Amino acid sequence: MGDKSSSSTSAVSRRRFLTNIARAAGGAGALSLVVGLFARQAQSLPAQALRPPGAGTEDEFLAACVRCGLCVRDCPYPTLGLADIGEDVPVGTPYFVARKAPCEMCDDIPCVKACPTGALDPNLTNIDDADMGLAVLVDEETCLNFQGLRCDVCYRVCPVIDQAITLEISHNTRTKKHAVFIPTVHSDKCTGCGRCERACVLETAAIRVFPRYLAKGRIGEHYRLGWEEKEKAGGQSLAPGLVDLPDRLPSQLPDALKGWKP
Amino acid sequence: MSTKSHPGRDAIKEKGWWAAHKWLVLRRLSQFTILGLFLSGPLFGVWIVKGNLTSSLTLDILPLSDPFILLQSLIAGHVAATSALIGAAIVLAVYFLVGGRVYCSFVCPMNFITDVARWFAKRFDLPKGWQPGRETRLWILGGVMLAALITGVMAWEMLNPVTILHRGLVYGVGYVWTVALAIFLFDLVVSRRGWCGRLCPMGAFYGLIGSISLARVSAKRRSACNDCMDCFAVCPEPHVITPALRGAETNTGPVILSGDCTNCGRCIDVCAKDVFEFDLRFNNSAPADEGHNESTSVSTDRHAA
Repeated sequence: MGDKSSSSTSAVSRRRFLTNIARAAGGAGALSLVVGLFARQAQSLPAQALRPPGAGTEDEFLAACVRCGLCVRDCPYPTLGLADIGEDVPVGTPYFVARKAPCEMCDDIPCVKACPTGALDPNLTNIDDADMGLAVLVDEETCLNFQGLRCDVCYRVCPVIDQAITLEISHNTRTKKHAVFIPTVHSDKCTGCGRCERACVLETAAIRVFPRYLAKGRIGEHYRLGWEEKEKAGGQSLAPGLVDLPDRLPSQLPDALKGWKP
Repeated sequence: MSTKSHPGRDAIKEKGWWAAHKWLVLRRLSQFTILGLFLSGPLFGVWIVKGNLTSSLTLDILPLSDPFILLQSLIAGHVAATSALIGAAIVLAVYFLVGGRVYCSFVCPMNFITDVARWFAKRFDLPKGWQPGRETRLWILGGVMLAALITGVMAWEMLNPVTILHRGLVYGVGYVWTVALAIFLFDLVVSRRGWCGRLCPMGAFYGLIGSISLARVSAKRRSACNDCMDCFAVCPEPHVITPALRGAETNTGPVILSGDCTNCGRCIDVCAKDVFEFDLRFNNSAPADEGHNESTSVSTDRHAA
């Protein structure tokens, strides 16, 4: 009898124990879901917020950055800051806004050296290899160079001058007799430091730096450019036996072209 | 009853003000000194400690990192660089020696806020409010690590009021007072000692270290206890005292072994009979003659009554 009652009380206590465990585990699971969902929502970075050099993808960065701010302390410029509560940037993480203060691309990269966790990749030793973003001339309608003027400021302040931004000459169709010098960004050289955006003389910059995933297009994997393939094949035609006929003008020339000779 | 509303009054009478407040004063001194070391750089240009409590560099040579944060980072999929790992090892070693939740009582900036909330709650006799089980924080700790695993980022650090508070203080972040106020109000009206005592996963983490750490409070002269209950009144985790202080009957040692104990030393302060002192966890054999002591039998009677 005593045995039976003690076993039934132990069954009750076991049931209570299991109930409590299940409840607590459920609570912990619910909490982690809520925290996780909040984190997912809170980690979307606005386009103008750029990470310090060596930061990797946003997910990698948020797994590695402990938000100690040592990079901010060792940044010799007013560039880096930690995100405040209520900002769109994940709280406490370092970032900069190019239009306010761009990365000055220090040769010794003190921010990367200061990082204790490797969230800023210590293998980045040449600042020209940094990839903080990509400059994009977003507004041809206001860019002064596109109007045929020689502003050139973005080109001149670029730390990788004549490589990351070049001035490409083309015909000025407005005056019909001048040239326009189009600032052209080259994604293999641009580090995303943002000095061009900072220096743009317009009230609102026509050239801006975005995270690379926002700035860069990507050609389809299946897509082939004929002339490149031909070069790869050593100048051989890709379709042997194909007859390449000479281009011909229409036999009936329009009046405007009468007397024109190729 | 009068002693309960003014715990420590007897101790002041017997030992003097300093001896009855020594650990409290040292603790506040420690909290504000540590904050001061972090702030002397940004405020006065004297750089002693750079960074914040999650990771710091002292005098350009000593790296310190929070193992709780690095564990999240590891679970999220990042193996920290050497500097942070060394820093975390040093921190773990120190807390292994001095007691895990010494972080809570001597270092954490949130402690001052929750202590003030508790003072107000007692002053105005507010109800204790919601008191979830003490194991809740362990489940939250598990939830925090699970969230890091699921999301692949340090999800809790988007919310962690402790690190947000300290970072805000050191880096002069504008809205940090909202976090301080939220925890203050939570502790004041929703749940007395709710944050530090029930919910905070950092406290749970350091409590786990505390359950094996060397330095512990010991009720060494528990036979002298006169059951004034002052230690229970001031203790942030009163359940840890009972097994040690009342252990004579059950032949349990006098050392407070629970990792929940923050080693704040306030019980040492307020005890007029000098029952408590800091000791090592090994010095935990129950004196053989203790069970026959008069005061112990008095306390037993009281419990029976």
